[in-house]
Amino acid sequence: MPLREDSSVPEQLVFAMEVTLNGLMAGVLYALVALGFVLIYKASGIFNYAQGVMALFAAMTLVGIMNGQVPFAHLINAIFGGHVTHFGWTVPSFVAIVLTIGVMVLLAWMVQHFVMRHLVGQEPIILFMATIGLAYLLEGVADLMWGSEIKTLDVGLPQGINLWIDETTFQIFDYGFFIDNLDIVATIIAALLVAGLVAFAQYTKQGRAMRAVADDHQAALSVGISLSFIWVLVWSVAGFVALVAGIMWGTKSGVQFSLSLIALKALPVLMLGGFTSIPGAIVGGLIIGVGEKLFEFLIGPMVGGATENWFAYVLALLFLVFRPQGLFGEKIIERV
Amino acid sequence: MKDMDDSSVTEDGRTIGGVVMEMKNITLRFGGVVAIKDISFDIREGEIRAIIGPNGAGKSSMLNVISGFYVPQEGDVWFRGSKRPAMRPYEVARQGIARTFQNIALFDGMSVLDNVMTGRLNYMKTNIFQQALWRGRAEAEETENREVVERIIDFLEIQAIRKTPVARLPYGLKKRVELARALAAEPKLLLLDEPMAGMNVEEKEDMSRFILDANDEFGTTIALIEHDMGVVMDLSDRVVVMDYGKKIGDGTPDEVRNNQAVIDAYLGVSHD
Repeated sequence: MPLREDSSVPEQLVFAMEVTLNGLMAGVLYALVALGFVLIYKASGIFNYAQGVMALFAAMTLVGIMNGQVPFAHLINAIFGGHVTHFGWTVPSFVAIVLTIGVMVLLAWMVQHFVMRHLVGQEPIILFMATIGLAYLLEGVADLMWGSEIKTLDVGLPQGINLWIDETTFQIFDYGFFIDNLDIVATIIAALLVAGLVAFAQYTKQGRAMRAVADDHQAALSVGISLSFIWVLVWSVAGFVALVAGIMWGTKSGVQFSLSLIALKALPVLMLGGFTSIPGAIVGGLIIGVGEKLFEFLIGPMVGGATENWFAYVLALLFLVFRPQGLFGEKIIERV
Repeated sequence: MKDMDDSSVTEDGRTIGGVVMEMKNITLRFGGVVAIKDISFDIREGEIRAIIGPNGAGKSSMLNVISGFYVPQEGDVWFRGSKRPAMRPYEVARQGIARTFQNIALFDGMSVLDNVMTGRLNYMKTNIFQQALWRGRAEAEETENREVVERIIDFLEIQAIRKTPVARLPYGLKKRVELARALAAEPKLLLLDEPMAGMNVEEKEDMSRFILDANDEFGTTIALIEHDMGVVMDLSDRVVVMDYGKKIGDGTPDEVRNNQAVIDAYLGVSHD
């Protein structure tokens, strides 16, 4: 929609506002992935490289269950020579989500019992390497289980331009903002999720135990907290957050393997927000989201565009130099 | 001499009951190093039992065996009349054995109140869904636990710092918060690993008073490790003396004070 010549608000400013809003929405998704990282890092000191792949795996499992896909169909067919790929039923999205949560909890249990339990007390770099291995393993398993083709995911979330915002902004600025309904829903869900997580951490027995484990393992043991239970719990919660992130991204751009790459965008988000801070993950996500959109809009044309690919990393680099603990992270002071 | 099989009454009127915890022939090795060598002793209900000895005698190891952090290669631990199977530290804690650490282990990110509340975790029976949805039962439970915690906070005179993050507290107060957390669990046995290490005289006096009062008012059975001999002799009903992983003395403060092996261990003895 073209701007009227006599509009009272400068054209650039109106565009910038729309870009900012869209950036905020994109930032919510970054924040969701970063949140999963922070949860695990706080509770166990593990930097979980597999968080992005977990989002992919969750989304693929959800689609697979909804479409009634037979898990490991290729494998089964290769061994037994059959041609089954689908059970022939579809599962309502709500039931499929509940089942997927179950799968993520099972995954959390397996990660704890087959991998992390044997690495207790190891150097952080070793735990990090283990999660890299986990990421590739999980990616392979996801491929084997559900196939590698791009799938559409529709759990019934509203999509498309929000007409109300379009009309309202048109009346004010004579220019209708294009805001996707899905982005609005994603924002609301993310806000609810964060509120839920905070309430869980502050007011429930398990939440208290989780914070206790994050602070001091020995002390946690001495008040009767089972570390392995808490770690399964934390990985489950991270799996749930991954599922939510996977649903959002999957609905937006299809369930495909490039989804696991969004995890890389979470890295600069974490460097900005601080690795140990939940508010940091959210604010960091929003700053990166808005920052890269605005930067592309304002500076992009001068440098030939495509700044979204590197803006976040450069910003993170600046933070590493001038404020390594991030905006909300704990400052590490070594006393000698 | 006290009669060890029946309950007895101390000079100041406290009742010492039957045996709560019994260590039988405990041997603990780290590779080739023998940290504890064939030690047996018991702890009776309501008493303050001290474990003393020179540096490296194996006192902390012994406390870690009791609290399940170390598993001895030989020997049995008997708790409240039954032999304890191999347990993880959190399971031991759930049985009612609380402890503090030599190098304070608190939850730095939490307030004093929240730290002490973690001592009540095992008393919270409602599950996560009840806590999220069915507020009534969960709230009643929270209130109950909160009352116990507030009583302990009053008792240890840390009301003024209830909301302070523990990371900001000075050393002496941290030690006191750690004691509060352990007491909040209403333990059947409380283990204190050098509760007065690094304190000045005034702080030591305060801590001694709290330990005695906890024992007196709540009837808490306490086993403690301490270096300050004056404090140990004043506080404890009975003392185990360790040296190089072996038990060299066991008895009332007066008895161990006059025990030649103990005197030799502390003052050194010529080997010519």
